[in-house]
Amino acid sequence: MPDRIYDVVVVGAGPAGLAAAARAAESGRKVAMLDDNPHPGGQIWRAAAGKSPREAAQWIQQAERAGVEWIAGARVFDAPAPHSLAVEMFTGDCQVQYSSLILATGARERFLPFPGWTLPNVMGAGGLQALAKSGLPISGKRIVIAGSGPLLLAVARYMLHHGADVRLIAEQAPQSALLRFGLRLTAHPGKLMQAVSLRAGLLRVPYKTDCWPVSAQGAERLESVTFRRAAGATWTETCDYLACGFGLIPNLELATLLGCRMTHTGVEVDSRQLTSVPGIYSAGEATGIGGLELSLVEGEIAGYAAAGSLDRARALAATRATHARFAHALEQAFALRDELKQLPRPDTMLCRCEDVTLERVRACTGWREAKLHTRCGMGPCQGRICGGAVVFLLGWHSESVRPPVLPARVGSMSK
Amino acid sequence: MADTITLSVNGAPISVPAGTMVSTAIASAGIARYRRSVTGEPRGPLCGMGICFECRVTIDGRPHCRSCQIVCQPAMEVRTDA
Repeated sequence: MPDRIYDVVVVGAGPAGLAAAARAAESGRKVAMLDDNPHPGGQIWRAAAGKSPREAAQWIQQAERAGVEWIAGARVFDAPAPHSLAVEMFTGDCQVQYSSLILATGARERFLPFPGWTLPNVMGAGGLQALAKSGLPISGKRIVIAGSGPLLLAVARYMLHHGADVRLIAEQAPQSALLRFGLRLTAHPGKLMQAVSLRAGLLRVPYKTDCWPVSAQGAERLESVTFRRAAGATWTETCDYLACGFGLIPNLELATLLGCRMTHTGVEVDSRQLTSVPGIYSAGEATGIGGLELSLVEGEIAGYAAAGSLDRARALAATRATHARFAHALEQAFALRDELKQLPRPDTMLCRCEDVTLERVRACTGWREAKLHTRCGMGPCQGRICGGAVVFLLGWHSESVRPPVLPARVGSMSK
Repeated sequence: MADTITLSVNGAPISVPAGTMVSTAIASAGIARYRRSVTGEPRGPLCGMGICFECRVTIDGRPHCRSCQIVCQPAMEVRTDA
């Protein structure tokens, strides 16, 4: 397995990773940026028809100009020795050596199980948008959007703009919480403008708060979704797609494997974005869900700090604090309501990989017993999808990660 | 990006714009079920970003490929029924 050696390696090429890589390289370090996707930009800046959004293109260009080496389609599956990562690529495998590592592994959507959630065409909100951006024809398709968080609005706008028939946006959070959040937005004029323009583009679509999906129906694919409002009314919408995500959760597998200490929101970092492990930094959603601006500034701080430019890192502390306050308000406004714990029935699949029902998992005393007795969380996704639901429904946090952190080819592991 | 690529999905040829993901080519062919679960349920893509593994298909004889992270190539053979 050939070795590649760098001063700074950045895992993840979303906003935090791009900013980190650019700043570290501008500070004179030899930098590589890895991502398992074919294009940089992460999920939020996913390219549509091969074209990145403008802000993404600027950061990508900045990273390129600074000399960052971009390694696409690279999956980190192990950390076989200190300062070393094992990476599987389309073209073969390699070991990547680093002096400093920056984990900008981003976030994924949180999925909650409900009857019918495993039907084809029930997707994540970001999931359907990702498919649409890579060419899925959505013009004229009947789409209902549900779950929680500002992502629902962004996805609705994208779908409408591309000719979809968006029937409903169902937000589980109470209207009162969103109003409080709206008032706090006035302290962040940029965010307020974003919110206003998002909403303005969606005036024709019903936006129901205190509302969530209780079941999805269909034979071989989705045909309709039944919704409930907190007041008690239920009704059914026929549709082609349900785009449904209950907020975001950080991707922590690699940080866990590397032994980084966690807080209740993500990877624990200090003012320089340094984790509890010397030489390993983390930035962006991996340190706690905070949105685009916070990810960018955390990435810049991590990049400067990893390159030893501590003065420049310190100069960004106030900006980070401002964006972090906004992130905290966001978290409060879109907190998941307790009623959602009643969504799955006993026979609803909790683990989609191994087809394990909620009642079988709930009969166990914890994650370890559930894995051993039911195989919940032991399939190809390794608990990435059911894990977020298990934390919310049963209060179990997964304790450990073992390599390979992604299913890897046997040939990759035997080298 | 005006180029189109022709590949096959379950033996039927389909043309898509260059840069299209395999997952999208499958959906464009009218297929919603990408695989069957261990108890036989129909399944399709969920996360769209390489995490859930629900979109896995066989590409050129290689099983368990995540179709949402692989770009279509000319003459690729994709199977959801393998």
